[in-house]
Amino acid sequence: MGILRLVPILCGDARDLLPPLVEALDNLFGLQIELQPHSFDPEIAFDSSRGQYNSRVLLTELLRETDPEDTRILGVAGVDLFIPVLTYVFGEAQLDGRAAVVSIHRLDSQLYGLPPNRPLLLQRLRKEVIHELGHTYNLLHCHQHRCVMMSSTYVEGIDLKSDRFCDRCLAQLRRAKVPGRDVAGA
Amino acid sequence: MSTATSRILIVDDEFSIRDSLYNWFRLDGYAVTAVENATEALKALQETAFDVVLLDIKMPGMDGMELQEHIRRIDPRIAVIMITAFAAVDTAVRALKQGAFDYVTKPIDPDELSHLVQRALEQRRLQNENAQLREKIDELISVDEIVGDSPPMRKVLELVGHVAKTDATVLILGESGTGKELIARAIHANSKRRYFPIVPVNCGAVPEDLLESELFGHEKGAFTGAAYRRKGKIEMADGGTLFLDEVGAINPKMQIELLRVLESKQLTRVGGMHGIEVDFRIIAATNENLEQALKEGRFREDFFYRINVFTIEAPPLRVRRSDIPALAQHFLNRFAQQMDKRITKITPEALEILMTYDWPGNVRELSNAIERAMVLGQPPAIRPENLPVFGAKKNYLAAAESLAEVEKRHIAAVLEATEGNVTKAAEILDVDRVTVYNKLKKYGLQR
Repeated sequence: MGILRLVPILCGDARDLLPPLVEALDNLFGLQIELQPHSFDPEIAFDSSRGQYNSRVLLTELLRETDPEDTRILGVAGVDLFIPVLTYVFGEAQLDGRAAVVSIHRLDSQLYGLPPNRPLLLQRLRKEVIHELGHTYNLLHCHQHRCVMMSSTYVEGIDLKSDRFCDRCLAQLRRAKVPGRDVAGA
Repeated sequence: MSTATSRILIVDDEFSIRDSLYNWFRLDGYAVTAVENATEALKALQETAFDVVLLDIKMPGMDGMELQEHIRRIDPRIAVIMITAFAAVDTAVRALKQGAFDYVTKPIDPDELSHLVQRALEQRRLQNENAQLREKIDELISVDEIVGDSPPMRKVLELVGHVAKTDATVLILGESGTGKELIARAIHANSKRRYFPIVPVNCGAVPEDLLESELFGHEKGAFTGAAYRRKGKIEMADGGTLFLDEVGAINPKMQIELLRVLESKQLTRVGGMHGIEVDFRIIAATNENLEQALKEGRFREDFFYRINVFTIEAPPLRVRRSDIPALAQHFLNRFAQQMDKRITKITPEALEILMTYDWPGNVRELSNAIERAMVLGQPPAIRPENLPVFGAKKNYLAAAESLAEVEKRHIAAVLEATEGNVTKAAEILDVDRVTVYNKLKKYGLQR
């Protein structure tokens, strides 16, 4: 069984989301999840002019943390992420690669002036993690509105899609011989 | 959403921007190429047909604005989205004026970027669809309706081909029934105005006092009976062609008005206060001798020279007899389909009659003769007895007769045959009653 190394980055109070996330992701893609602290300084990704963290820099650092035995490495950040041309991103991944990073920051209802909603936050985080890890298995954005690989450019878009793959994406994962309960049974 | 075949070119000198955009669009399934300067962009554009180009305005060497000009020359349908680090309204306006699809400032909201590219691709798709439809229209409006391969007709078609490419005013001269309107339609169908209407006006058929309102339109209450505002034929021809048939029937006062519109490209409806801009081409036609009308003061010199820029003479059927078999077969096929009759050919004896007759009514008369023969005839062929009696007459015309004399004599003969019934005569002559009355007045004929 391969290993998905899950690395919390500046999670702060959101750290308590990690145990239920690990549980929710258990055996996803047939991977065993291991929590691991980072050894790099995440502040090197900070852009003071924007007050955000560059997701590409975090991806590069995460790749340095990987062990040859790791199948995938996933950073879960409590801070707001960006790529240089865009105002923000929910996450970023290497297409057909090993690393991905997701941000909890914009998934939280409180950011939009709404009451805290922990189950919804966890659900959104789970969808984003599956989405970004899907990219590492070479899946592109999907046109099916309920498919987890549908591109979401605003938070309500994440709520509209499910946490499952459509038949077409599932077939592509099967062709790539990706194991796992969720993948096989989705 | 994106399609796998949509191609995006990213041109930005900053690696992080280029790289971010490249990865962003690759995840959406686009075929993405990213380059760092205008030189590489032009090379990529020569090698690949892109749908959308995202272009940084400020770049070392050739900047985005200049590159946009080059892109437009390579393929004007490529949607160019300009990207800049600073919101400068004047630059944005300039880019849009130069034909850019849109303009965005970095950093871009991901939702905005996603929708922007989808809209650009939709525009590109609609442009392609539009181009395909235009090609289909081009096929539909071919000049197949003009039948004939005789030297005079080949000359006409050659002239049509030349003048159609220009916007010049055309004067088509020819006897009644020689197909002047068909020639006008062929010019229009092959001109850049073909996607707009060709509006025919038979100036001889409209009573003189109504012609102004017919051409220029009128406002509500402009005159008794003007209960509604109405667009005139000139306005209807906006963007297209106004075909003025029997232009010799237009009185000198109206000629001045038309001349004014032709010069100013503006008209005022009857009873109206404001000028309306119009853009149209005039093709005029007549069977009259306009130079004679000039001498007699019925036709204004300035108007004559304005419409007589390019002249095409529609040859009478008697000078292109070799076209008669093809024309007769063309009409036979058309009427056989309309009447659902299985007559497919003309016997050699009947064809001999058609070939030797002089056809004073020209192609229209031939068409009428074939139609009549189709009504009377039985499958499989038109026979001599199915043809009109006068169809057997030979050398109907004396060689020295003028066009007006022929017309006068033909109208008189038809009136005699119909015992002075103008309605029946108009039907046979294939003109309206007003034209018959005008001709009676012109030639001093009695009913």
